[in-house]
Amino acid sequence: MRIYLQPIGFINANRQMRRDIFQAIADPTRRAIIVLIALQAMTPNAIADNFNTTRQAVSKHLRILTECEIVKQEQKGREIFYSLEIDKMKEIDKWVEQFRNIWETKFNQLDNLLSTIKSKKNEQFAI
Amino acid sequence: MNNLQFDFTVDKSTNSVCIVKEFDAELPLVWDAFTKPEILDQWWAPKPLTSKTKKMDFIVGGRRFYAMIVPDGQEHWGIQDFTSISPKTNFKWVSYFADKDENINTELPSSNWDLNFSEQAGKTKVSIVIKHKTLADIEMLIQMGFKEGFTMTLNFLAELLTQKVN
Repeated sequence: MRIYLQPIGFINANRQMRRDIFQAIADPTRRAIIVLIALQAMTPNAIADNFNTTRQAVSKHLRILTECEIVKQEQKGREIFYSLEIDKMKEIDKWVEQFRNIWETKFNQLDNLLSTIKSKKNEQFAI
Repeated sequence: MNNLQFDFTVDKSTNSVCIVKEFDAELPLVWDAFTKPEILDQWWAPKPLTSKTKKMDFIVGGRRFYAMIVPDGQEHWGIQDFTSISPKTNFKWVSYFADKDENINTELPSSNWDLNFSEQAGKTKVSIVIKHKTLADIEMLIQMGFKEGFTMTLNFLAELLTQKVN
């Protein structure tokens, strides 16, 4: 089934690099769409309801996201549902190593805080 | 140069996330930073998120009820129930997702946290083991954390791009 959902350019993707994941996130509307469908699959109409743009504009973004292989489509009855391709998103995960980075950020904050508290204590002793 | 130890590993055989971090401070201070809400709130949330502890009773059987606040003002509530405390050495809690009225969200995975503190030559090492019920739970949390972090990253990226454009 999935193979039918791949864009035509898929076979030549490595050579052509026509669309990549960073193109998917380059546009603010597409970023908003990604966040919307991260938690649940949605139909194009339901997605479009969240934006002030036309349905055509939203479906253009969905087409680009599909070409970037960051979303997958699933037919349920007469409706098409779009959902996030988490594995593909992990490519960015690898790139930013964010999960580790969250801890790194927290600990950097704590490192700074500890040194501030320490120097305040030393000041008190100096007085 | 910051050459303090920082390890982050996922042990799939025990469904655990293991974090080891060394701090350039004496143990009582680091212990306070992990157990006093007024200090916790200054670092627990990775920027640009902020942390707000609504209540914290640091005793066995006590609870920390807190929110992680994203820049648009949305609040994500969490609960830590303290199950064991050995002062300045170790403490444990069970972590839950919750709503703003302190109701535990049973659909999202809970996790067991075990924190060990030790000091050597003025440096304090904290070892954190976060144990989950199933590997699927870790995957889910990584994906959720991933999504959160990802959104943050997108915002940073957007900011960066704006700066470049202007």
